[in-house]
Amino acid sequence: MSILVDQNTRVICQGLTGQQGSFHAQQMLAYGTQLVGGVTPGKGGKTHLSLPIFNTVQEAKQQTQATVSIIYVPAPFAADAILEAIGAGMALVVCITEGIPAQDMIRVKAVLKQSSTRLIGPNCPGIITPEACKIGIMPGHIHLPGRVGVISRSGTLTYEAVAQLTATGLGQSTCVGIGGDALIGMDFIDCLRLFNEDTQTDGVIMIGEIGGDLEEKAAEYIKDNFSKPIVAFIAGSSAPKGKRMGHAGAIISGHSGTAASKFEALEKAGVCIEHNPTLLGERMVSLLKG
Amino acid sequence: MNLHEYQAKEILHQHGVFVPKGVLIEKEEEVKLTLEQLSSSRVVVKAQVHAGGRGKAGGVKLCEKAELEQTVANMLGSHLMTAQTGHTGKEVHKVWVEEAVNIAHEYYLSILLDRSAHCLSFMLSTAGGMDIEETAEHQPAQIVTVNIEPNAGLQAWHMRQMAFFLGLDKVHHRAFHVLIHQLYQTFIDTDADMLELNPLVLTQEGTFMALDAKVSIDDNALYRQKDIAVMADLAEENPIEVKAAAYGLNYISLDGDIGCMVNGAGLAMATMDMIHLKGSEPANFLDVGGGVSEETVAHGFRLLLEQAHLKAILVNIFGGIVRCDLISLGLIEALKTHHLHIPLVMRLVGTHEEEGRALIKQAGIPVLWANDLDEAASLAVATYGEKI
Repeated sequence: MSILVDQNTRVICQGLTGQQGSFHAQQMLAYGTQLVGGVTPGKGGKTHLSLPIFNTVQEAKQQTQATVSIIYVPAPFAADAILEAIGAGMALVVCITEGIPAQDMIRVKAVLKQSSTRLIGPNCPGIITPEACKIGIMPGHIHLPGRVGVISRSGTLTYEAVAQLTATGLGQSTCVGIGGDALIGMDFIDCLRLFNEDTQTDGVIMIGEIGGDLEEKAAEYIKDNFSKPIVAFIAGSSAPKGKRMGHAGAIISGHSGTAASKFEALEKAGVCIEHNPTLLGERMVSLLKG
Repeated sequence: MNLHEYQAKEILHQHGVFVPKGVLIEKEEEVKLTLEQLSSSRVVVKAQVHAGGRGKAGGVKLCEKAELEQTVANMLGSHLMTAQTGHTGKEVHKVWVEEAVNIAHEYYLSILLDRSAHCLSFMLSTAGGMDIEETAEHQPAQIVTVNIEPNAGLQAWHMRQMAFFLGLDKVHHRAFHVLIHQLYQTFIDTDADMLELNPLVLTQEGTFMALDAKVSIDDNALYRQKDIAVMADLAEENPIEVKAAAYGLNYISLDGDIGCMVNGAGLAMATMDMIHLKGSEPANFLDVGGGVSEETVAHGFRLLLEQAHLKAILVNIFGGIVRCDLISLGLIEALKTHHLHIPLVMRLVGTHEEEGRALIKQAGIPVLWANDLDEAASLAVATYGEKI
């Protein structure tokens, strides 16, 4: 089992005909993802990569019965693309796009709260259930079907944890890259809830980073509600205050958002914290054995 | 992107907010002309640098008009050291001279993008002129936060709540509501992510005025804020960061001396953290990004090699979209013009890793290879300072 996506998940792609969309769609198809159509306004009726193209998300959803949309639309148009997918009632929207203006995302979040749609991202690598469904830009071959969930605000650092889980033989149930922006869709708590209920997830690796308070909020939730072992790493212990470390959301403002405060909150909640990001897999092995 | 006070005030003024009348001076000769334009007997001279805490550091001076020439001369070209600039300080290239106003009351007001509540949020305090973090710590009851629900926008009750909290006299409520509306609109129109008036004052004449103004604009929105984007003052930024940005590299200078090149922001931070964990300090954050070219990688290596104080370089690539061979080609290209004089530790895994390693071996570059990040950081720290 897994969370959110599996081998039966039907996916459409907004921005399929673009350069990015085309490249990653081919990778997703090669991985075995059921990518069943694309949306590019004005190109409806054509085909691309042997997939039907539609003018609107609503039409694509009706014609293909897809429940998930992945978005590779440039930043100036990405918020609109997310809102269209929410409007069409997609169950899950995955937005890869980096650089969406924060005020656009505030409007998206307000609409999202009033809908039943879930959003992963933006500025994220996507979601993958190994050997079943890859929706995003992560290298598929490093994954191994298994029993550990991964939730991360970072892309390549997720791959690092995934490779360790694969090397130790534990593998992954589902990996969710929740994104590096200040305003994102699903957060740690949303994902942890699902992993908690997933009978085939035995433990979770959580990768946070400086900025915001998602990790502190997650710690509050974990304390009373989460029963499975968690190993957590927070990137940015050595980052200076007031500097944006690559990700729009990775910034320590004033005294808040430091790695130390996040590590501390998680440790208090009973999470196994690890300051060395190369030991996450081993840590999980010993937790699951113990 | 940070704006100078004078730029922020210009934008506020365009939105109808009252600001003291002022003039920007970049050369001492301009003082005479300034005197003609300002009508008050006393003026305030303010250093225009991107750093908070200017007042305490001597970057804000109240003086008589007769003293203006001397005050400006003292400030221009001086190095201002505030709590936010570090020990090197910031050179003052510009000063803003404005008419002094008769203050009746001082307040603190800011608008923020609240990433936790997912909305714009006003924060006000009766402790005007004080650092808001200090107020929050010692006198939290003096602060009110008002969240603006994004779909409905700013409402009259928000403004009433703020006005009553500040204890404003009824006669000033109308002017206050107008001000709050203008500030909200400024924030939205400019894609700001922070707007702070500290202090916001009520003058003895009964006008609300932005005595100081700090505005920062969301970098992700600069593509649609072209008038503001051109206001960027690159002289205020770190020169290496400016150069890196021109090459499309995400680079941040740090205090240590082990140079880093990594793909991905999270992994770049984790690499810095590992160097710290092993007992040394990183010289920089450098994320080469996903869509990087051989030429850009070469620029990145040159940037590192040109910094004489570096004692080692650590390259950490987890190739997904980024191909390892492309990183190697970039290094080979950079070494055509630059000499490698310090240990270079490389960890290349993922897409085309064998090709990447082979290219470097063929070129005869003395790279110290590491299998994982732990080993890479240990090697960089162990060989730190060796000459090659």
